[in-house]
Amino acid sequence: MEFETLEKLLREHPFFRDLKEEYLSLIVGCARNVFYKPGEFIFREGEQANEFYIIRDGKISLEVSAPGKKPIVIQTLESGEVLGWSWITPPYYWHFDARAIEPTKAIALDGRCLRNKCEEDHSLGYELLKRFITIVEQRLQATRIQLLDLYGAG
Amino acid sequence: MELVEKELLTTIQNPMLPLTFQVRSRRQETKDTFTLEIEPVESGVEFKFLPGQFNMVYVFGVGEVPISISSDPNRWNRIAHTIRMVGVVTKAMGKLKKGDLLGIRGPFGSSWPIDRCSECDIVIVAGGIGLAPLRPAIYHILSNREKYNRVVLLYGARTPDDILYKNEIEKWRSRFDFEVYVTVDRGTTGWKGNVGVVTTLIPRAPFNPENTVAFVCGPEIMMRFTSLELLKRGVKEHNIFLSMERNMKCGIGLCGHCQFGPAFICKDGPVFSYSQIKDLIFKREI
Ligand SMILES: Cc1cc2nc3c(=O)[nH]c(=O)nc-3n(C[C@H](O)[C@H](O)[C@H](O)COP(=O)(O)OP(=O)(O)OC[C@H]3O[C@@H](n4cnc5c(N)ncnc54)[C@H](O)[C@@H]3O)c2cc1C
Ligand code: FES
Repeated sequence: MEFETLEKLLREHPFFRDLKEEYLSLIVGCARNVFYKPGEFIFREGEQANEFYIIRDGKISLEVSAPGKKPIVIQTLESGEVLGWSWITPPYYWHFDARAIEPTKAIALDGRCLRNKCEEDHSLGYELLKRFITIVEQRLQATRIQLLDLYGAG
Repeated sequence: MELVEKELLTTIQNPMLPLTFQVRSRRQETKDTFTLEIEPVESGVEFKFLPGQFNMVYVFGVGEVPISISSDPNRWNRIAHTIRMVGVVTKAMGKLKKGDLLGIRGPFGSSWPIDRCSECDIVIVAGGIGLAPLRPAIYHILSNREKYNRVVLLYGARTPDDILYKNEIEKWRSRFDFEVYVTVDRGTTGWKGNVGVVTTLIPRAPFNPENTVAFVCGPEIMMRFTSLELLKRGVKEHNIFLSMERNMKCGIGLCGHCQFGPAFICKDGPVFSYSQIKDLIFKREI
């Protein structure tokens, strides 16, 4: 029953749009529902990156902290977006802190479980990588624009 | 459609001669940006403009610069300019107080094609001071709300302290028929909103790209990235409109200062459709 629900939720999320049914049913085996209260950390910099998250509802901030300074929010992510890709690239550590700033519902996908499935089925691996590379490209572009400090340059 | 809406006849008979306006109020918007409300000194002057048009604003004895009109187009005569202090003239404007005088030539240029569609979605994407030239379009759209389908504002500022028209944005946000998303490049403590550049709002903004008209204003690089992101979402080239900026002198297509490829920004723009200028905005030498 729970699997059915998760499958439906995954199918409806933009990240998995038009993914083949056979792949969805493979992926759902690595998925679980999660909920975070405002202020709760989802992961912290330096921890093992064993999961990634499909945000269903809520808002998450990605932060960097330095000793003696207030944490800097680099980006916020909302429903329809995906959090985390460090689970794909060795040595699988998070580079930022991720914290819920609103009550957040998400689906956590077990990175180890998915990595194994991708190794076994390269077509699935390619399909997932194509989807992640799109996100990585979007974030890279956004970071570049952010670095330009467009509105500040007087 | 390649043309943006035709400009109104300029109010002033001789467009090279400024009319005298008086400052009625001054409001500090952010650390470096303020809004002046001004009115013609002479009675009997009827100053009308279209959303997106600009004036050549003259600070007596200092100089003249193009500034967009940021007030409600249905409110004639008492008009507003929102100005960011960057150099000689705009800093001199920053020192003006209630009762001081200014020279105004205008209104000049093309306008946002607000009546281009009925029942379509309108997406307004503003970056920094770029919200000022879009505000008259927002006023017009909200007072004719029934003509449009979804109306969405995506606004990006540098930090929470740089957000223009804060109270007004809050009012807009509380309307059920206007979807307002604000993001900042750098969050500060206490900021609970979005962090990330304005282009990151486009993929998740609620509009139907097939039937969307987009108005974009901000720094040129931001407008280029925004256009690409809108195209990626499926908005048609001829439905994306950008407001361009170049240095100006005459404001009426005579001196060539604002040349932009084969066009003059003052006379053919500042508002252009993406399809009109797509071959120019990605060229370095233009
Ligand atoms: C159609 C049009 C509409 C405009 N609308 C507005 C508006 O509504 N509000 C507004 O504040 N400005 C607006 N501008 C820009 C405004 O005209 C310029 O900021 C102004 O001309 C600068 O003059 P200045 O004498 O203060 O600066 P200058 O002394 O000429 O320049 C001083 C320094 O500021 C830099 N600078 C000049 N212009 C800009 C700019 N636009 N942005 C960032 N840095 C700049 C210069 O490179 C220089 O380093 C508009 C421009 C155009 C073409
Ligand atoms: S400012 Fe003179 S031609 Fe445009």
